[in-house]
Amino acid sequence: MAVSTGRVRSTPSTGAHHGRRRGGRSQGPLRRALGRHWYAWAMVAPVLIVIGVLIGWPLLRGVYLSLTDATEANVGRTIGVNVIPASYEFVGLGNYLDILTSSLFWDKLTWTVIWTVSCVGLHYGLGLGLAMLLHRRMRFRSVYRMLLILPWAIPGFVAAFIWRYLFNSEFGVINAMLKAAGLGTVGWLDDPTTAKLAVIAVNVWVGVPFMMVALLGGLQAIPSDLYEAAAVDGATPWQRFRHITLPMLRPVSATVVLLGTIWTFNMFPVIFLITRGGPGSDTEILVTYAFREAFTGVRNYSGSAAWGVIILALLIVLASVYRRALRRQGEVW
Amino acid sequence: MSTVNTRPVAGRGDRRGPLASVLLHATLIAASVVSLFPVVWLVLTSLKPRDGWLSAELELFNQPSLTNYSRVFSETEFPVWLLNSVVAAGLTTVLGVFLASTTGYALSRFSFPGRRGIMWLLLITQMFPVAILIVPLYNLMAALGLLNQIPGLIVAYMTIAVPFCAWMMKSYFDSIPREIDQAGLIDGLTPFGTFWRVILPLARPSLAVTAFYCFMTAWGEVAYATVFMSQEDKRTLGVGLQQFVGQHWSDWGLLTASAVLIAVPAAAVFLVVQRHLVAGLTSGATKS
Repeated sequence: MAVSTGRVRSTPSTGAHHGRRRGGRSQGPLRRALGRHWYAWAMVAPVLIVIGVLIGWPLLRGVYLSLTDATEANVGRTIGVNVIPASYEFVGLGNYLDILTSSLFWDKLTWTVIWTVSCVGLHYGLGLGLAMLLHRRMRFRSVYRMLLILPWAIPGFVAAFIWRYLFNSEFGVINAMLKAAGLGTVGWLDDPTTAKLAVIAVNVWVGVPFMMVALLGGLQAIPSDLYEAAAVDGATPWQRFRHITLPMLRPVSATVVLLGTIWTFNMFPVIFLITRGGPGSDTEILVTYAFREAFTGVRNYSGSAAWGVIILALLIVLASVYRRALRRQGEVW
Repeated sequence: MSTVNTRPVAGRGDRRGPLASVLLHATLIAASVVSLFPVVWLVLTSLKPRDGWLSAELELFNQPSLTNYSRVFSETEFPVWLLNSVVAAGLTTVLGVFLASTTGYALSRFSFPGRRGIMWLLLITQMFPVAILIVPLYNLMAALGLLNQIPGLIVAYMTIAVPFCAWMMKSYFDSIPREIDQAGLIDGLTPFGTFWRVILPLARPSLAVTAFYCFMTAWGEVAYATVFMSQEDKRTLGVGLQQFVGQHWSDWGLLTASAVLIAVPAAAVFLVVQRHLVAGLTSGATKS
């Protein structure tokens, strides 16, 4: 994972000088700095504008909508030449109260947490295991690597459809195999428990390659003399793993686990396309539920915006707790 | 500064006994089978005749034919969706790579007021659930007349792909020695010229990964496309395919054939860049 800390090592020639790059050209600092900043700003501006318009504005608007009772029925519209003004009202924290006091929310939250923890745990565990195997020197190494990365090359929605067919209770190959083995068939997507296992399995299949590639890169960056020194000292393989591999992987792990958690928490296509949230709404995670609120039936814009704000708040809390925990252990990013 | 050591570590694997070897390969083969099986099954199913998918039998081949493929092209809107997806993903890739690399370069090389803030912004952007943005974004797109317009969709994809890619590019640029920039500047290039002519060619592995990521983001996106592109002739593949397996009617023959057709370009792009994936994704992350 390519996230560095933004720290820049200062070389002797630049020393502690603020203009880090071109230490020898510090004469006329103000004008140069302005010129340099002009370039920097010009280069980041397009991204900032896009983010500002397409994320900043909708975010503010979303927060505002979440404080109203806007639905499809009362937002302003233009039908032909008739302009219907918006008639929704400000209701303060009403939407949030409704959501937080509903058992539905807590059910969905519980399932989302289970979903996220088990998916990320399996992603990381399997990814690390496979990365360590692939890291060894052996025959067919690059063939294995390519085969194992393959699921990553399959677009998410295609993967979702493939698996939906594999899980199909009548024609799916998984049931065909069970039958061939003399076992009964299972209505995978019809029962809440098996449906949950199924979506987790699919997400693990989709997500492991990314972890594996990131961790493999991390493993390759560990200097081999550390292992040699440990071997000289008589460290067991477990000790080497525990005291060299894991600590040296920390920067990569920290980033991929956080990103993986965020991505899984917000994982839309797998659930939306495989079970459509069903049976009932048992496999619906917070994001798919909020999406459904917004775009099915009478579109409940305010309710879904409130769900969105709550999801975002949860993630921000999670990320900052995580960062604090890392920092306490001496990690700096 | 090159702390990334990509050669396989020797030593540990060298004194592996035959049993360990067998176990190692058995595990990797098993994992490869799991990773490959769904894709293989997809291809096999797509080659079965029209109603071949309706069989509950476990058979690999059953009068293989290309019926499903010809039906996809003649009986469905697939070609239109494909064109829409290609345009959307192609432009997202080009623009995304360009924006991510300029931003990444600025963040890597210049120190300017707001630099840290921007880096945080890029990271936090990752967290925004589609659910909170989608309604206001829908309204915004409607107000700008960008609903059912591919440019609107591309801009929306930018917000997903570029923040992560900019981080990735920044980390990669960090691993390119600054002396190279200085040499470019001394030779009379502008900072942008240095970036464009000197640094970008050096960053090819990372550009490949960024391109791959942007392409896959756009190629596989469903939520925005479902909402923004409701008009029949504007649908992308992710939206269109949902029709094949609806609530009341499903035709897995059509679905599997089109899924293969979709996965092929993705896999092709992937094969081109996969050599760079490991290096590109991790360089910089492991700097001490």
